[in-house]
Amino acid sequence: MTLAQMMEITGAELLVPGVPLDKEISAGYSCDLLSWVMGREQPGMAWITVQTHLNVIAVAELIEAACVILADCSQVDSAMLQRARDDGFALFASKHDAFTLGGMLYAAGLRTTERP
Amino acid sequence: MSGIREVFPVEAGGFTTAGEASATIKQILKKLGVDAGVVRRVAVASYEVELNLIIHSLGGELLLHVDDHRVRITSQDRGPGIPDIDLAMREGYSTASEDARSLGFGAGMGLPNMKRNADQFAITSDPGVGTCIQMDFNI
Ligand SMILES: Nc1ncnc2c1ncn2[C@@H]1O[C@H](COP(=O)(O)OP(=O)(O)O)[C@@H](O)[C@H]1O
Ligand SMILES: [Mg+2]
Repeated sequence: MTLAQMMEITGAELLVPGVPLDKEISAGYSCDLLSWVMGREQPGMAWITVQTHLNVIAVAELIEAACVILADCSQVDSAMLQRARDDGFALFASKHDAFTLGGMLYAAGLRTTERP
Repeated sequence: MSGIREVFPVEAGGFTTAGEASATIKQILKKLGVDAGVVRRVAVASYEVELNLIIHSLGGELLLHVDDHRVRITSQDRGPGIPDIDLAMREGYSTASEDARSLGFGAGMGLPNMKRNADQFAITSDPGVGTCIQMDFNI
């Protein structure tokens, strides 16, 4: 699944203009605890979270996530948005909750990251 | 490969720059041509140890040492130390503040993540003095 397909499936809004949308998503994982995500990291993963702050981008870049999708998102932290834009990191926002987003992507064939 | 040594100071409470040392370490290892899988494991472990310096310690530093056989990450801090290491190593155990937890830290998985990702993991701590963690990754 590409980022463009993920957008089509979920209706998520791209917050960083110009990011290449043909990038592949390898798997998905949904969690708001950073160490859990670090424990389940997989290159090219889509990370679904409600956490909106700088450290999410730092972690996502470190583990080479394909994108972060902010669930239940009404407002994005400005420092986070700036960092994503500066780095050209694929940050998305969605009105859907994490459960619904995961369900949509699962139904479209995306699976969870591998358990270590 | 000639030996590489780098020191990265990490400040207590520095959430806005959290992860910078780990990101730099990752860049250095990539440039050296270290295997991508090893780089990922080092990145995760060094991020966890860096964040522990920020969240739990009074400040300290990360040392990166690379030679032909291994990547070594050493963390040293100025206290407060860990009174019960076996307890701290348990999955889910955390003394992180409410503030840190609200940012998604404090899952109590940092030390277990380090141990799992490193080929060799050693921790010593002197309450009142400081904590030292040494992690080796074979290359
Ligand atoms: N450098 C450190 N200095 C003092 N205490 C530490 C340090 N690193 C870890 N600890 C203690 O060990 C506990 C577990 O650490 P960790 O597994 O990384 O979980 P977390 O950081 O989520 O609390 C911490 O909550 C803290 O009490
Ligand atoms: Mg930790």
